[in-house]
Amino acid sequence: MKYVAVIRSALKAICRNPTRTFLTTLGIVIGIAAVIALMEIGKGAQEALKKNIANMGVNTIRVWPGAVTKSGVRTGSGGRVNLTLTDLNAIAKNCRSVSAVSPVVSVRGQIIYGGQNWNPFFINGVNEKYLDISNWEISDGEPFDARMVARGAKVCVVGQTIVRELFEGENPIGKNLRVQNVTFKVIGVLKQKGANMMGWDQDDVVIMPWTTMKSRLKGAGSTSLTSSNTTTTTTTTTTSSTSDLYTSGVSLYPEASTAVPPVRFVNVDSLIIAAHNPESVEAALAEVTASLRETHKLGPEDEDDFRVRTMTEFSDFLTSQTKSTTNLLLCVAFISLIVGGVGIMNIMLVSVTERTREIGLRMAVGARGSDILRQFLIESIVICLLGGVLGIVLGHSLSMLLGNLMGWPVMTSYAAIALSVGVSVLVGILFGYYPAWKAARLDPIEALRYE
Amino acid sequence: MSLISLKNICKTYVMGDILLPVLKGISIDVERGEMVALTGASGSGKSTLMNILGCLDRPTSGEYWLDGREISKLDNDGRADVRNQKIGFVFQNFNLLARTTALENVIMPLSYTASHLSEKRMLEMGREMLERVGLGDRMDHEPSRLSGGQQQRVAIARALVNNPKILFADEPTGNLDTKMSDEILRIFLEINERDGVTIILVTHEMDVASRAKRIIKIKDGEVSSDETVSKP
Repeated sequence: MKYVAVIRSALKAICRNPTRTFLTTLGIVIGIAAVIALMEIGKGAQEALKKNIANMGVNTIRVWPGAVTKSGVRTGSGGRVNLTLTDLNAIAKNCRSVSAVSPVVSVRGQIIYGGQNWNPFFINGVNEKYLDISNWEISDGEPFDARMVARGAKVCVVGQTIVRELFEGENPIGKNLRVQNVTFKVIGVLKQKGANMMGWDQDDVVIMPWTTMKSRLKGAGSTSLTSSNTTTTTTTTTTSSTSDLYTSGVSLYPEASTAVPPVRFVNVDSLIIAAHNPESVEAALAEVTASLRETHKLGPEDEDDFRVRTMTEFSDFLTSQTKSTTNLLLCVAFISLIVGGVGIMNIMLVSVTERTREIGLRMAVGARGSDILRQFLIESIVICLLGGVLGIVLGHSLSMLLGNLMGWPVMTSYAAIALSVGVSVLVGILFGYYPAWKAARLDPIEALRYE
Repeated sequence: MSLISLKNICKTYVMGDILLPVLKGISIDVERGEMVALTGASGSGKSTLMNILGCLDRPTSGEYWLDGREISKLDNDGRADVRNQKIGFVFQNFNLLARTTALENVIMPLSYTASHLSEKRMLEMGREMLERVGLGDRMDHEPSRLSGGQQQRVAIARALVNNPKILFADEPTGNLDTKMSDEILRIFLEINERDGVTIILVTHEMDVASRAKRIIKIKDGEVSSDETVSKP
């Protein structure tokens, strides 16, 4: 029998009782609608999350000093201050997967502008590559450049929260603010970044050349946030000028050696490193670790005296969280599909019983068991497909509606649509098979005699 | 060689521990172009014989040669194919598909093995058949809008659409009044004489049986009489 003919006769059989068909498919419709809506909303949430994570710098690696045990006293992380400019230069030189490195030093303290004061969450000293590394842009003014870093210029860029709280909304470009009685000129304003994943306000920040911070501000260089640890004797190297710091780059800044005030410490709080892209983070991580072990002269049996952390784990965790939530809901949706499938099976069994005489007749005129099987199987698949299509339309409208009403990010998922079509066909086959098989093995004599 | 040749056909039903012999060794030969009436009281085994002849059932023992082929040992699919290609059925209660037009009822058997035919050709054949049974103007009517006689004529058209060698009619006039019965029997005779289709008619009405050229009586699972009627 031709498939077209079978499908046509199936449609005819279905149309014979539209109300029953509709009620039968309702289970499938609801199940598929739920699957589609959930997958579209879930995908939207995931995409939004991915964007957020990229914004936070998913391709960045942070390096902190490790914990140290001295005479049996364990200091905890950051107990040692052993990250130096040498490490940074070695990483920049040797690690192929690394696109940029910046040191990070920080202090805490009050900043003052005119009659206002404010205590920002971060006052960070970094180099000119930091904004690129952390995927941050300037909204107004300009960032400090390599020259300013080399010179130890007293400039800074500020975040939106600082503009709001300290400058009370007026344009801070060109204004001077004071940190520990050192005056810094604001040359740029950062774009809004919002809270990070820990809930910290990332815009509550002042960023300045790290050289300036090291040379001008107190408390920079040793651990600044955990002040209890600063009692640990820090082994810091003293240099007389940045020409030592920028051994390779010094020729770029001919005036550096004269204009730069002496920088005494070359140790930094941490390093922030960018890989070329999120995929090369793994490779970069390995290279950075190797490079640091080498510069720290660690033997093969020594433990790392530094800690390396990437955003990947964190973003993976978040992504898997959304995923597992979506999956959980999908499970519920699939249960409703199974319930719908049982409904289909029930109605198909009724249909087979009702049409016993028809089956007997078809067999008498020469239909094989397989023909009957196919006929009923296709009928149940067609019912499920109709339900599936209806469910797709319903689910899609639902997710669009929710997206509009609640402002949720929603993404049309073609995978979900394909999956739904596949699932409805599967449900049709799975739950249509038993009734169809029952029909196929009817005895034509009995079936013809059936009243 | 006869078209149908039954050799010592037995059929025994097993009901729990009891063996119930229904056919006890039936041997019949039917030639091409014959019109045979099969009669007998109810319970005589004529329906069982009919089912075996119609390839709906298998004999317990014995040989059944149809058109030069021994078919008593065929499996379900094999018998389905024989039914489709060589046999047409007409039933007492017409057995038409409800809510399906006369024409679609007629071409239904074609869809099972004549799938090489185009849709158009099938419809043509169906129309031809309906015209032959005098229903050229009722093609698009559904069974519910046809009289009993008309329904039975649709059923005959359906039975003939595959060009079968044999037509089995199981009490074809049982649900019809005398006038319609006459009409149906006239069509059977016409098919038999003009097209040479062998017809086996199961009936318990003697006046219907007497229209056939040969009457076989079944009694208690055996052939009790087999006589050829000589018509004037």
